[in-house]
Amino acid sequence: MPDGHMTQSPESASRRRFLQVTGGAGVGLMVGFTWTGTSRRAQAAAAAAKAFEPNAFVTVAPDNTVTVLIKHLEMGQGVFTGLTAIVAEEMDADWAQMRAEHAPANAKLYNNTAFGPIQGTGGSTSVYNSWTQLRQAGATARALLVAAAAQTWGVPASAITVSKGVVSSGTHKATFGELAATAATLPVPADVPLKDPKSFTLVGTKLPRKDSAEKTTGKAVFAIDVVQPGMLVAVVQRPPRFGATAQAIDAKAAKAVKGVVEVVQIPRGVAVLATSYWAAHQGREALKVTWDESKAERRGTEAIIADYKALLPKPGQLVTKEGDVDAVKGAKTLKAEFTFPYLAHAPMEPLTCVVKLGKDACEIWAGDQFQTIDQANAAKTAGLKPEQVTIHTVYAGGSFGRRANVESDYIVEGVSIAKALSDAKVQGGKLAGRPVKLIWSREDDIRGGRYRPLYVHGMEAKLGADGSVLAWRHRIVGQSIMAGSPFEQPGKPDATSVEGAAEIPYTIPNRLVDLHTTTSPVPVLWWRSVGSTHTAFAVETFIDELAAEARQDPVAFRRKLMEKHPRHLAVLNLAVEKADWGKPLPKGWARGVAVAESFRSVVAHVAEVSQDDKGRIKVERVVCAVDCGIAVTPDVVKAQMEGGIGFGLGAVMFGAITMTDGVVDQANFDSYRCLRIDEMPKVEVHIVPSANPPTGVGEPGVPPLGPAVANAIAALTGKRIRDLPFAGSVSV
Amino acid sequence: MPPINLTLNGKPWSVDADPDMPLLWAVREIAGKTGSKFGCGAAQCGACTMHVDGQPVRACSTPIGSIAGSKVTTIEGIEGKVAKAVQDAWVKLDVVQCGYCQSGQIMSAVALLTDNAKPTDQDIDSAMSGNLCRCSTYVRIRAAIHAAAKALEI
Repeated sequence: MPDGHMTQSPESASRRRFLQVTGGAGVGLMVGFTWTGTSRRAQAAAAAAKAFEPNAFVTVAPDNTVTVLIKHLEMGQGVFTGLTAIVAEEMDADWAQMRAEHAPANAKLYNNTAFGPIQGTGGSTSVYNSWTQLRQAGATARALLVAAAAQTWGVPASAITVSKGVVSSGTHKATFGELAATAATLPVPADVPLKDPKSFTLVGTKLPRKDSAEKTTGKAVFAIDVVQPGMLVAVVQRPPRFGATAQAIDAKAAKAVKGVVEVVQIPRGVAVLATSYWAAHQGREALKVTWDESKAERRGTEAIIADYKALLPKPGQLVTKEGDVDAVKGAKTLKAEFTFPYLAHAPMEPLTCVVKLGKDACEIWAGDQFQTIDQANAAKTAGLKPEQVTIHTVYAGGSFGRRANVESDYIVEGVSIAKALSDAKVQGGKLAGRPVKLIWSREDDIRGGRYRPLYVHGMEAKLGADGSVLAWRHRIVGQSIMAGSPFEQPGKPDATSVEGAAEIPYTIPNRLVDLHTTTSPVPVLWWRSVGSTHTAFAVETFIDELAAEARQDPVAFRRKLMEKHPRHLAVLNLAVEKADWGKPLPKGWARGVAVAESFRSVVAHVAEVSQDDKGRIKVERVVCAVDCGIAVTPDVVKAQMEGGIGFGLGAVMFGAITMTDGVVDQANFDSYRCLRIDEMPKVEVHIVPSANPPTGVGEPGVPPLGPAVANAIAALTGKRIRDLPFAGSVSV
Repeated sequence: MPPINLTLNGKPWSVDADPDMPLLWAVREIAGKTGSKFGCGAAQCGACTMHVDGQPVRACSTPIGSIAGSKVTTIEGIEGKVAKAVQDAWVKLDVVQCGYCQSGQIMSAVALLTDNAKPTDQDIDSAMSGNLCRCSTYVRIRAAIHAAAKALEI
C-alpha cells in the first residue's frame, strides 16, 4: 500500500477545530453529537457546505449509543474495533454502547493523514494515522459531556468523574445520552488533555470485535448483497491478453439468452447486462468479441523472467550506497538469484460495485478502499463533479490491496456501464438510470491483473575469514507500482520495489542496492506488505545462507549484525525465546527464523517444518513476535498476525500467476491454489510491550513468514529455495 | 417450464427458474437471501455452502432443478443446539475478519458437529478443507469448533 513516503504527519490534521452543528430538527453536539432521524451524511454534507473543518468522528444519540464514524474500510483488519476503541478510551465509555459505521467519502473530513489529501486505507496506516486524531475526538466529546453535567448539576467540572459511560458527581448520575442535548449547546474546548496511557482501561485489553455478530449470522452487508430497485446485473468480457482492446462485437447470441437485457462496449471490454447474474454469465459465454492485440503483452512469464535476468549484470538506478562494495577484495564471495512470480490478491468477495447514475448525481456502493480517488474517477467517467458522487462504503470481503487502485478499475467499469445505458442510442434511452451491479467472477479476478509484480533479485556478499559480512550487493528488477499514481516520486527509485531492501537492520560496512524498473502492459498493484513480500525474502534467506557459510547459528549471526537496531533485536529475542530456539525437535523437523520491519512495525517468526516419508514439506508451527507500538486491541493484532502467516504461507508455498504467450494460465482456486485449513500451522503470537504510538499490523505479519519457512526447509533438507513458489522445488 | 418446488428454511418455496440455475443464485437473487456468498462458482471455495436435506453442499455448483423436493437451509435459517453452539463460539473467539467466507464456514462446521460430536484437529481439517478463507482465520476456526463441541457436551 502507499505508505511512509507521504508528507503530512498524523498530528497536523488532528489539530483541526471541533465545532458545533445545529439543525432544524434539534441540536447536535459536534464531535458531533447527532440526533435521531438526521442522517450523518446530511450532517457532514451540511458541515462541508459551510466550509467548516469539523472533526466529525463521534456522535452520541439520545439512546446512549456512541457511534464512531470510521474513515477507513473494514475489510477484515479490524478497524471497526480498533478505531472505536481509541475513541471509547478517551471518552471513558462502556464498550457495549459503542458502534462503528463507515464514514462518507470526504477528503476534508476524513483524509488519511499519512496519505495527504486522500481518503483511503492502506499501508497499515489506519490506527497509526488516526491515533491522535481519534484520541482528541474522544477526549473532546468527554469534556463536553462533563461540561454539560457541570452546568446541569451546578457543580465544578473538577468534581465530576466518568466511568464506563456514566457521568457522576456525588449523588448525581447521568448517561452520555441524557447529557447529549445539553452538551451540544456548549462551546467546544480548544485544548483538551489526553489521558496518560498508564490509565488506559480499554486500549490494550481484549475487546470483542464490533462486527462478529453480523458476520456469523449472514447479516453483514457486502457490495454483492446490495439491491436497488430496477437493478441490472453486469459482467464484463475483458481481453485475454493485457493491453488488448475490443475491435468487433457479435452480441446476437448473447442477447438471445433469456434474461439478458443489453450488451454495451466500455473502455475495458464488453459488458453484458441481465436481470440476474446467472443470465449475465450465460450471456457472456455466448458473446463473441474480436480483440485488437497490437499493443498487448505477448510474452509469457518465462520470457519476462529471462528478460529481467538479462538485466542483472548491469548496474541499475542507485538506491543505497554505503562504503565501497567493489573495493572489498580477496574475501569469500556468495551469490544468489531469486525469482518472485506475479501474485493475485484473490479476496473472497470478487470485485463488485453497485452504481446508480442519474443526470446530476451518482451513487456507488462498494467495499471502497480509496474513497476520494474512486469518487474523483467516478465523477470523471460520469461527467460529474466529485461532490455529485456519493460513495456508500460497505464491508469488503477482503482486499489485501486489490480494492485500492488509483485507476479505480472496477468502480470505473461500473460507472462506464451505467453511463453507456444513459446513451439515447441504447434502447432509446429507456435503460437510463437503471442501477447496475457489476460482479467480477473468480476467473475475472484471477485473470484480471493488478498483480504483485514479478521480480528478479540478484545478491552478492563477501565474507571475511571470521565470518563478518564485509560487503552486500542487492539488485532488484521489476515493474513499479507507484508509476503514474499520485504516490509516485519522480526521479527517485520506486519505493514499493525497494522497501525492505534499501534499509536493513544489519550493519554491513559496504552496501550497494540498485534497481531496474521495467515496464509491461500487465497491470500491477500493492499486495499485502507490498515490496517487503519479496525484499524480506531475499534479505532474510541470504543472511541465513551467510550464517551457514560462516558456520554460525542463524540467530547469533543476526544478533551480532543487529546491535545497532535494539527494536529488531528485542523482537527477534522474544520470538526465539518463546519458540525454544536451540531445543531439539522431533526427527524430520527443523526450525527457521526471519525478522522484518514493515509499515513501522517489526515482526519475527520462527517456523517449524517437517518432511514426511514421501518428501512432503509441512509447516507445523509458527511462533511470532511483534512490536507494533501500543497494541490498541491486542486480540485483533494477534488475528492479523495469524492471518498474515496463513496468507504469506499460501503465497510462498504455491502462489503464482504465470502466463503463456501473454495469456494467464490460472483461472480459479483449483489452479491458483490458496492455503487451506489442513495446511495452516499452529500459531503463537507474542506482543512486545510498548509505550510508543501504534504502528501497522495488517501487513507486517506477512514478510518474515516466507523466509522463516525457507530457512527451516534449508535447515532440514539443505536445499535453498530461491525461485518462488516452493511448489516448483519441493513437494508441498 | 413448471416451477421447481422446494423447502427453504422451513418454508415452501416455489421457484420459477431455469433448472440449470445454480441454487446459490436462486437463493440470493430470487429468494433475496444474501447470507450465502459467491466466491468461485466452481465448488472450490465453500463460501456458498448450504445444507440440502441436512448435508453441506456447494450451492454455486448445484443446479436448482437437480434438488427439487429437497429441504434447503441457509445461514439465515440455521437453528438448533449445534448451530447456536457454533455461532456462539464464533463470536466468543472473534473468528471473523472480513467475514465473507464465514457463512459457509459455519454451515460446514455445523454439519461436521452434527455428524461428529467430538472432532479431532484432523477431523476438522478434513471436513473444513473445502472452505477457503483468504484472511486465514483457520487457527480460530479450529479453536471455535473445539469450543462448540465442548459447549455441546454440557
